[in-house]
Amino acid sequence: MPAVIETHELTKYYGKNRGIINLNLSVSEGEIFGFIGPNGSGKSTTIRTLLGLINKTSGKAEIFGRDITEKNREILPMIGYMPSEAMFYGSMRVGELIRYSADLRGMDCAAEAKTLCERLQVEVKKKIEELSLGNRKKVGIVCALQHRPPLYFLDEPTSGLDPLMQKEFFSILEERNREGATVFLSSHVLSEVQEHCGRAAIIREGKIIACDYVSLLVKTTAKFVTLAGITEAPSIPGIFDLHVANNSVSFLYKGEINGLLSSLCALPLTDLTITEPGLEDVFLHYYEAEESK
Amino acid sequence: MKIFLQELKLGRKSLIIWTASIIGTLLICIWMFPQMKSELGPDGSLFENFGAFTAAFGMDRLNFGTMIGFYGIECGNILGMGGGMFAALLGISMLAKEEKDRTAEFLFTHPVSRLRVLNEKLAAVMAQIILLNVTVTLFSVLGILSVGEAVPFRELLLMHAAYLILQIEIAAFCYCVSAYLKRGNVGAGIGFALLLYFINIIANISADVKFLKYVTPYAYCEAADIVNDKALNSTFIILGFAYAAAALAVGYRKYLHKDIAA
Repeated sequence: MPAVIETHELTKYYGKNRGIINLNLSVSEGEIFGFIGPNGSGKSTTIRTLLGLINKTSGKAEIFGRDITEKNREILPMIGYMPSEAMFYGSMRVGELIRYSADLRGMDCAAEAKTLCERLQVEVKKKIEELSLGNRKKVGIVCALQHRPPLYFLDEPTSGLDPLMQKEFFSILEERNREGATVFLSSHVLSEVQEHCGRAAIIREGKIIACDYVSLLVKTTAKFVTLAGITEAPSIPGIFDLHVANNSVSFLYKGEINGLLSSLCALPLTDLTITEPGLEDVFLHYYEAEESK
Repeated sequence: MKIFLQELKLGRKSLIIWTASIIGTLLICIWMFPQMKSELGPDGSLFENFGAFTAAFGMDRLNFGTMIGFYGIECGNILGMGGGMFAALLGISMLAKEEKDRTAEFLFTHPVSRLRVLNEKLAAVMAQIILLNVTVTLFSVLGILSVGEAVPFRELLLMHAAYLILQIEIAAFCYCVSAYLKRGNVGAGIGFALLLYFINIIANISADVKFLKYVTPYAYCEAADIVNDKALNSTFIILGFAYAAAALAVGYRKYLHKDIAA
C-alpha cells in the first residue's frame, strides 16, 4: 500500500517551546491510524503542521506524495479535518455554515450533507452559538465528511459526543474506510483506538515512543493477572503495577508464563484470571518506562 | 467572492449601526444650524477669539455662520471620529477575529490560499467603508436640504472624499496590525484612530510641530483648507496612500507565512 502520510524527522518549535521533535511516521492508504497521547503531547501540533496551519521548523513531510509546505493547496481538497475545539462563526445558522464549507471547496455537497445531518441528528436551523459542544462537534463532523475526501484528520473527535453518537460516528467512518479512505485519528480515549484502529503511535512530550499494530502494542507487554483469595502480593519476579484490593490482588506480569503458574500453585487462591492488558495499561506502561529513563 | 460575501454578511449589523449612528448625529447637528446662524449674526465671529481652541478645530479660518463653515467643523468632527473609529475597528478585527474566535482552523483547512483570504477580506473592509460613506453623504445632502439651505456640493463632496480616504488609510494600517495580532485587540484600533486625530489637533495648535501634518491623515481632512482651497491637498493625499500601501505590504507579508494560533 502506498504511503498517504509520510513524515521524516518532522520538527516544530514554538519559539523555544517544544511542539514535536523528529517525528517519523508513515500511514498507508486505507488505514485507520491511531495517534495517542495526553494533552500537550503534540498531537494537535502534528496535525496542524501537516495541514499547513503552522510552519514546520525542520524535517520533511508529504501527504499523497506532495510536500506539505509547497503543495498545501493541492493537499487540502483531499482532506477532511475535524478540529478538537470545533469553533465556528457563532452568528451563522448550522445549515449556512455547512453550505459555506462546501462553497469554499467549490463543491455542491447538499445531498451528502443532508444524509449526514439526518444520521447524526444535526439541527440545521439552529444558530451555531446556541449549540452545545457535542452539537458543535456534530457540525464539525458534517463539514469534515460531506465532500467525501480520501483522507481524514480527526482530532479528538468523540469528546462531547454521547455514546450513541460516538457509535454512529464510527460506523460512518468505517463505511468510509471500507470505501478506501484513510483515517488519522488522534485521541486520548484508548478504548476507541483499540477498537477501531489497525496501527497506532504513542506520542510523549513531542516524541513518538512506540508505533506498531495495536494488537502487537498490546501483546509485546505483560499479562494482566488477577488473583482472588489472597490479600498480600506474592513475591514473584516480573511483577509490576501491583494493586491490592479487599480480597484480591492484581498486577501486570512479564516473564515466563510457566514460572508464574508454578509460583501460583502454592497460594490459597479462590479464583484466577489472566488476560491481555488493555491499551490503557500499555499506554501507562510506556509512559512510566519513559519516565524512569 | 465567497469569503468577501461572507464577511459582508457577518458585518452587516455593525455596519448598519455605525452608519445610522453617524447619520443621526450629523442630522442633529445640521438641524441645529438655523438656530446657530440666527444667534451668531451675519459675520459669525463668535468663535473666532477662543485662541488655541479656535485654531485646534480650524475655526479661525472658517465662518461658523455659513452652512459649509458650520458643516466643516461640526460634522467634520463627527465623520472624522465616527468614521475613523469604524474603519479602525473593522480593519483591526478583520483578520485577528479568526484566531480570536478560533475559526481560523475552519477557514484555513479549506482549500483557500492565504492570499485569497487576505484579498477578499480587504475587499470586504473597503466595501463596507465605501457603503458607509456613500450613505452618510446622501443623508447629509438630504439633511441640508431639509433645513432650507443651499447645498455647497463641491466643498461637501471634497470633504466627504477626504474622510473616505482617511478611513481607507486607517483601515489599511489596522489591517496590517491585525495580521500581527494573535488574539484580536479592538482597543488598539480605536486608540490608534484617536491618536491620529489628536496629532492633527496638536499640529493645528502649535506651529513647532507642523511636520506632524505629514503623519496623520486628518491633515488632508481639514475643513478650513478644503473650503478655502476648493481642492484637496495632493501632497498629503499621496503620502496617505503611500502609507496605506506600505502598511498593507507589511501586513500581507506577515500573514502569508504566519503560524495560525490554535
